[in-house]
Amino acid sequence: MNLVMLLEMAAETYPDRVAVKSGGESLTYAELQRASWAAAAKITASGCGYLGLIDISSVAVPVAIFAAAYAGVPYVPINYRLTAQEMEALLERIAPALLIIGAEYAKPLTLPAAVQPVLTADFLAACRAAPAAVMTADGEPGDVAIQLFTSGTTGKPKAALLRHENLMSYILGTVEFGSAAEEDAILVTVPPYHIAGISAVLSSTYACRRMVQMPNFEAREWLRLCREENVSNVFLVPTMLARVVEEVESGAAAALPALRAIAYGGGKMPLPVIEKALRLWPQADFTNAYGLTETSSTIALLGPDEHRAAAGSSDPAVRRRLGSVGRPLPAIEMEIRDDDGNVLGADQSGLIFVRGGQVAGEYHGSGSQLDAEGWFPTRDRGSLDAEGFLFLEGRDDDVIVRGGENISPGEIEDVLLEHPAVADVAVVAIADAQWGEAVAAAIVLKDKAGVTVSELQDWVKTRLRSSRVPAAINFQAELPYNETGKLLRRVVRQEFGK
Amino acid sequence: MNMLKAGTRMKSAVCDAEVMVIKVPAGECQLSCGGQPMIAMAATRDAAAALPAAEDNGCLVGKRYVDAADTIEVLCTKGGKGAIRANGQALTVKQAKALPSSD
Repeated sequence: MNLVMLLEMAAETYPDRVAVKSGGESLTYAELQRASWAAAAKITASGCGYLGLIDISSVAVPVAIFAAAYAGVPYVPINYRLTAQEMEALLERIAPALLIIGAEYAKPLTLPAAVQPVLTADFLAACRAAPAAVMTADGEPGDVAIQLFTSGTTGKPKAALLRHENLMSYILGTVEFGSAAEEDAILVTVPPYHIAGISAVLSSTYACRRMVQMPNFEAREWLRLCREENVSNVFLVPTMLARVVEEVESGAAAALPALRAIAYGGGKMPLPVIEKALRLWPQADFTNAYGLTETSSTIALLGPDEHRAAAGSSDPAVRRRLGSVGRPLPAIEMEIRDDDGNVLGADQSGLIFVRGGQVAGEYHGSGSQLDAEGWFPTRDRGSLDAEGFLFLEGRDDDVIVRGGENISPGEIEDVLLEHPAVADVAVVAIADAQWGEAVAAAIVLKDKAGVTVSELQDWVKTRLRSSRVPAAINFQAELPYNETGKLLRRVVRQEFGK
Repeated sequence: MNMLKAGTRMKSAVCDAEVMVIKVPAGECQLSCGGQPMIAMAATRDAAAALPAAEDNGCLVGKRYVDAADTIEVLCTKGGKGAIRANGQALTVKQAKALPSSD
């Protein structure tokens, strides 16, 4: 049970199929395997205990993932948008390490002594030039395959550990081997250090699907690449899909004849964006995925048929599912629990717990977060409806505790988003002398729209309990999102603190 | 005793087939391919080993094979001419519900 098995099966069955393409560079499955062998030999010769990577997407990324698995060391892709100081601190934590690094990221860094850098271009050239020397992976299923540093909005980033058995459980449970057709291709826009960037490589390899990498997302270029590469599958975070929809609305050609499947996830998708996308590409299958780094990616899916049923239904309970993340995967068990650990019933909101082979739930240094029965606390809040559809309400840490009452930002955001003048909204907690915490809302208005604070407060008051009415509202040009579409509530809160 | 473990990889003694064990039954289990017990990946195939009988259906790469009671499951990681059996019982292809691609 080792990640290399995915590559071995693909290389054995479709050696000449293109595995990955980025700009002018590409590797077939046979070439990817040979390059991985060569890279693994380099890692072993270096004596390092980790393989790090600081760079944008390139064909070196799948080579690095499989080479680390052959060599039996964890692969640690690091966010290239961090400051030099932040990167150095993370590198200290994985030394001694072999580090694949892009030239522009190497310059400002002072590397720890036990980190051996190799520039991405040199690494690739050396691996391509090396003679083929067959390798086998001798590790155990319980070995750590991937270590990902969480974004760490508070305190030191945590190092999430994903073992071969976790990732393989996910891939074997969700992907049919060789299910991609020869002409299929997926356009990969997520960065290498994100769990979706890892699962894109593993899923595509096992499906034997060509990966086309787009290192720097830009909506118009994305549309062009989709057409040029006859892309059949895409994955986007909500902010990216929103930008593509805007680009088409402002005149860019929408026609994507080869596109069959649009998957999205990684954050809350605004209803208007998905409704527009469904109208723009009616031939495409839409899939919403919900997952965490600690669960080896996706744990719940809203599939194409469910999208169509929800979009076409006049029943509010069915239509509402367009805003759900679907049902748990077959191999995932899910429970909603209250703050005292009692399991809740349908439509009751609480903490989301999951269990299954792909659930790693473990950090370096602090160990497993799973309870004695194997359940992992996601720290997300949500509810399951009577049919098992999961509705997310946000992170438990973001819950507003007002006078002892727990308030999820999500329900207030949903109501405010229904206001015709509101384009985007973030609801956060602010300090309050009387209640401990109070509700605050940062609002982005639609073009040329106008509304007053008291009008918005009345809007909430007529639809929710009075405790949900924002005590403070400010208007902003845009909300702060990170590059993978995650709303930075911490930054929103700071704005209110000023 | 042949105690199988999830994650164990084995190969056929008589053809190219290779499998990985996904799910194991309680107790003893003997995997065979083409009528002969499967062997460890590191073991050497006997060049003179008999090819499976013509009526053997073989096994296909990427397919999962299960018994009727769904107590054992193996993934064929390399196809071959021999069919997979567990304790002499023929395994059949598991029809998994296809999931939409999410990444």
